[in-house]
Amino acid sequence: MSLSQEEEPSLVVTSAGGRNELVTMLKRFKSGDSGLIPVLIGLVCMVLYFYFKNHVFLEVVNINNLFIQATIFILLGMGEIWLLLLGEIDLSLGYLAGIAAALSAILVDVQYHWPWYLALPGAVLLITALGLFSGVLVVFLKLPSFIVTLAGLLGWEGVMIFIIDRQNTGGTVAVHGGVLNDLVNAQLTVVATWALIIVMVGLASFLMMRSYYNRRKSGLVYRSIYFTIAKIGGLVIGGFLLGLVFNSNRGGAFIVQRGMPFAIPIDMAMLLAGTYILTKTRTGRYMYAIGGNKEAARRAGINVNRYRLLAFAFGGFSAGVAGLLYCSELGGANDSIPGGNFVLYAVAAAVIGGTSLVGGRGKMIHAVIGGLLIAIIYNGMALINMSTATQYIAIAVVLLAAVTVDSLARRGVVAGT
Amino acid sequence: MSSAPESSPAAAAETSHSRNDDSGVDASPSQYLLSLRGISKSFGPVQALQNVDLDVPAGQVTAIIGDNGAGKSTLIKSISGIWSPSSGQMFWNGKEVQIHTPHDATVLGIATVYQDLALCDNLDIVENMFLGVEETKFGVLDEIKMELATVKVLKELAVTTVKSVRQKVGSLSGGQRQAVAVARAAMRESKLVILDEPTAALGVSQTAQVLGLIKVLASRGVSVIVISHNLTDVFEVADRIAVMYLGTMVSSGPASNYDTASAVEMITTGSSSRVASPYSLT
Repeated sequence: MSLSQEEEPSLVVTSAGGRNELVTMLKRFKSGDSGLIPVLIGLVCMVLYFYFKNHVFLEVVNINNLFIQATIFILLGMGEIWLLLLGEIDLSLGYLAGIAAALSAILVDVQYHWPWYLALPGAVLLITALGLFSGVLVVFLKLPSFIVTLAGLLGWEGVMIFIIDRQNTGGTVAVHGGVLNDLVNAQLTVVATWALIIVMVGLASFLMMRSYYNRRKSGLVYRSIYFTIAKIGGLVIGGFLLGLVFNSNRGGAFIVQRGMPFAIPIDMAMLLAGTYILTKTRTGRYMYAIGGNKEAARRAGINVNRYRLLAFAFGGFSAGVAGLLYCSELGGANDSIPGGNFVLYAVAAAVIGGTSLVGGRGKMIHAVIGGLLIAIIYNGMALINMSTATQYIAIAVVLLAAVTVDSLARRGVVAGT
Repeated sequence: MSSAPESSPAAAAETSHSRNDDSGVDASPSQYLLSLRGISKSFGPVQALQNVDLDVPAGQVTAIIGDNGAGKSTLIKSISGIWSPSSGQMFWNGKEVQIHTPHDATVLGIATVYQDLALCDNLDIVENMFLGVEETKFGVLDEIKMELATVKVLKELAVTTVKSVRQKVGSLSGGQRQAVAVARAAMRESKLVILDEPTAALGVSQTAQVLGLIKVLASRGVSVIVISHNLTDVFEVADRIAVMYLGTMVSSGPASNYDTASAVEMITTGSSSRVASPYSLT
């Protein structure tokens, strides 16, 4: 269907030109539909602040640590987003991650000595099932997810402590090398890192260009190609910087350590899979619909219960993977893993990134941005020797600020239209 | 004996589906798209519908009017499959059918737009239009196909006030939302579209928009049932009017048989002294 001149201008207008679209974008931005921009600005400001306070902040070894520390918030945040989109919540994900961490260490190293390719997927599968279990109670007994998962938060902590203390290793189960250690502490080779970055950026660029041309060919309104080019440019620059950072030697003079830790591609895979499901499949579409208007979704013939259960399962799965990576980071698991704090940070990360608590709005990338922000604050505050008390208060202020800015901005959107 | 075509003024007092008239012969339902005969519905001790007859011709707008509690919504929900009638028959193109679930109604080609519109504010127009019936290509949502179809439908229905089909429905005005809901029903290639109080919450120009949409639908051969308690709107679009009162069908026939005064009287009292009606209120 090619563009024909006699189409009504009000419905079929093609590209308005790059400059006009920039103007439209700025208008939307001013009226509040600014998306991730305020959070990203906040992120950059934080980074600069901590860098000037202590240059160590931007040393490659610290940046590496930052990404690893952010992983638990990012993955648990992604898990929560599945639930938040539907207007639910799962407060037990933190301790489910803790159980995953403990279980994987026990299965591989401490007691059973299973091979990693059985133990690790097995642990993740179990945690997925436990998440699904919460979902079953919520959906079929029609209980509020807050209460069910609050019970989970308390109960699963007990289970986690039980299985760790049962090992009689003093409240800690340690990892002895192997894949479980390598997830976070080992990395791709330098060549593999560049290869991965090039393939990812290349694929993304190809998909974006193809999508642009398909849209243009179909006769629908399309955005100027400059937007696509700008996005590709951003990806190239970002990829290049990431490659530089991870391929620089962070080990020191005696032990050279270069390359992207395995945790990063794992995070990326979760991000891409989750984003794909949410934006390109019916499943994702239905989750947004249920979060927006459950009754409308039901009337449209959507099996609401199925997707609610799926969300709980996805949440559990994310917690499982988070637990594995956390175990790798800690070198094991211990009975004082702060699962309750973690889940609160996970929700905070999602909300800071822009996910709504009442459902219908959120993206996987929100957890990444929010998780990074939280990690930056903790990492930075530790580097400038801020007391724990101040750290907590600072995080609280950031969370309040993020949610206030977002709320005020959105009020502007509705009023402005 | 079924009456002469509606244009005959002599048929004014004679509703074409009279079961109580002296001829004792049932009007044939086969000339209508949808015919209801003796539909009753009770909820426990409450009799919501009592012996309701209705004929809905193809390609015309039938308005069901009545005061609050007259049973209009219940009747509609029986047609669209939300409720199953306690007794009575339904005919679709002359053949008897059973509509027990919304799916049965959809299969026949009945689409209903409820008063609350059942739209998701956080999704855009295209996503709402295709909710539950998305087009996919190899399991992936075919956004372009859906967007093209949406643009086409809105153009065909002469909905021009919507600037972009990618606007979130939550940011649309009441009239635009109603237009999207109606367009969604129309897009499913429905043969009968039921609208429950479509203009209830709308302002003047938005109402005009929706009424225009209803007329376009009818001109495309789609039957429309409109529930409304706004007589101005009814007389603007209706080809046929059916009046309900406390669960019974008081009177129905061509719109030309009615005027505001007689309609109001029938709505509020169940009978009219102005038009001789073969029905009494039993």
